[in-house]
Amino acid sequence: MLEISGITKRYGERTVLDDVSFTVGRGRLTGFVGGNGAGKTTTMRIALGLLSKEAGSVSLDGTELTADRRRGFGYMPEERGLYPKMKVLEQIAYLARLHGFDKREATAKATAILTQLGLEERLNDAIESLSLGNQQRAQIAAAIVHDPDVLILDEPFSGLDPLAVETVVGVLQERAQRGAAVLFSSHQLDVVERLCDDLVIIAAGTVRASGEREALRREHSSNRYELISSGDAGWIRDEPGVQVVEFDTGRAVFDVDGEETAQRVLRRAVAEGSVTTFAPQHPSLAQIFKEVVR
Amino acid sequence: MNAQPLSLPQATYLVAEREVTTRVRSKAFVISTLILLIGIVVGIVAMNFFANREESTSVATTGEIAATLSDLPGVEITEVGSSDEARGLVESEEVDAAVISSADSPTGTAIVALTEAPSGLVEALSQPPAVELLDPDGGWSPIRYILAIAFGVVFMMSAMSFGMPVATSVVEEKQTRVIEILITSIPARALLAGKVLGNTLLALAQIVLIVAAVAVSLVVTDQTEILAGLGTPLLWFALFFVLGFLLIATLFAATGAMVSRQEDISQSIAPIMYIVMIPYFLVIFFNDNPLVMTIMSYVPFSSPVSMPIRLFFGEAGWWEPLISIAISLLAFAAVIGIAAKIYENSLLRMGSKVKWREALRK
Repeated sequence: MLEISGITKRYGERTVLDDVSFTVGRGRLTGFVGGNGAGKTTTMRIALGLLSKEAGSVSLDGTELTADRRRGFGYMPEERGLYPKMKVLEQIAYLARLHGFDKREATAKATAILTQLGLEERLNDAIESLSLGNQQRAQIAAAIVHDPDVLILDEPFSGLDPLAVETVVGVLQERAQRGAAVLFSSHQLDVVERLCDDLVIIAAGTVRASGEREALRREHSSNRYELISSGDAGWIRDEPGVQVVEFDTGRAVFDVDGEETAQRVLRRAVAEGSVTTFAPQHPSLAQIFKEVVR
Repeated sequence: MNAQPLSLPQATYLVAEREVTTRVRSKAFVISTLILLIGIVVGIVAMNFFANREESTSVATTGEIAATLSDLPGVEITEVGSSDEARGLVESEEVDAAVISSADSPTGTAIVALTEAPSGLVEALSQPPAVELLDPDGGWSPIRYILAIAFGVVFMMSAMSFGMPVATSVVEEKQTRVIEILITSIPARALLAGKVLGNTLLALAQIVLIVAAVAVSLVVTDQTEILAGLGTPLLWFALFFVLGFLLIATLFAATGAMVSRQEDISQSIAPIMYIVMIPYFLVIFFNDNPLVMTIMSYVPFSSPVSMPIRLFFGEAGWWEPLISIAISLLAFAAVIGIAAKIYENSLLRMGSKVKWREALRK
């Protein structure tokens, strides 16, 4: 488990991270979301030891990280970059060799990961001749070719088409299943919502919410229900303890003051006409995000 | 199955290997090296050819003078009956000159030519006075001058043509941001050392090729005595060159790291360029000044140029190059320390040039 605790970072007078703490579990994908300038990249760079910090610690499985241990991490930087003139396979194999694999093994691993990412026909092309999407895939290969047990990916999905997103998601999930701790940041809340097991929401340098995705959704659900029935549901406005949010003849979205009120509304609805839908509404990640960063 | 993390030397080796293979595979590099080598061979062979070419002068002369002229090299004699006949041949441009007997001349002969007397012929028929030199080895020596220029040029050109790529490749890694991946994989020191070693090897290989080309050309043109004399200074030059180049390449890497764009390199490496060029000018202007040459032969950046020259002319004791090498090694240790600091402090800084004060802090 990668544990980030009490990280504070200042640039002169400006505090960009203030007591940031969260954990990234092994075998799980942790999504790291926040607006521009919220501190995602800074946090990741501090976790990798690329930036100094004013306070706090980063530890892995209970031990404070050393420079040597960090070198086993897989990293995809926000600013993409590989040697533009080097061939794809050669480049990824070179990075694997820098992590200690011998030449033959490194080439085999690089070929396997590039094939898995759909670049098997571009192995001997120079990076600069690839499309941006394919360069992005090569960048992901660079981060994971050495089988890291900790993966830190800054915006791994930006610039990928939906099919490529699926491919990358598959690769990351496979790594997590093998026991890696995976932290990735993203602006694409729908992808994060679908993909990650845990969530960390950061805004203005402080963690606003973190934990298991479902737990967060429950925590932030606000007793909101949706009712769709065949008849006119206008009566719902007069029910005590009900606050109507949206209304359109047969459909109503409303907040209740408790579980009992909800049950009473359901009984009344069944009595009034045939009910097609009566369900609690869990907030989407986008809604939680808007709520916590406010 | 995780691989063992690399040791510092292993990581350094991998970086050096990439530097060398990338460079050797570049067409521009291969072609420019070939052109350089061909230029050297053609130059030496051609110089030898023109120097040894038999320039024969056709001379018309009468019977009794022809017997004395026939011993002269490069003279082609046409025997004629009379002086007037010889004059006629010069006027009709059938011969370059005529030699006729003349009572007015102290040597008893006179040269007749159309516009200008062939200098070789004039010299051959003149009587030089006796010359006695009291200090034959002193004064201006063309060999010394040629050696000074040769070592100076080779050192400066190699330092520039192999030092610049060190700076360029550091900036390329910053500009393409691949540096963040490298630096999270291996220590910055391994990256610095690998770059310096890889490029030093390339430079040394090119020097060896140049020396080989010179040697082969000298053998082909049968000038082996020059080769034998040059052997030892060339070996010293190679040794000092490696040390000097290690220093310069390290400085190029450190100053290259201070900028993020190729456009800004020249501004950043300007001080290193002066360090490379100053020994060249000093050795050209002061190659016959013993004091300057002695000082230069101990200063790390100029010793590759001046120490071999002093050794060639037997002006340096056997222990002098050893002390000079020790000084270079000490300087290298110091420079490596400072350069590693600059490099590590500047690598991840993007945007405007990193200030020297910031690059050197802590």
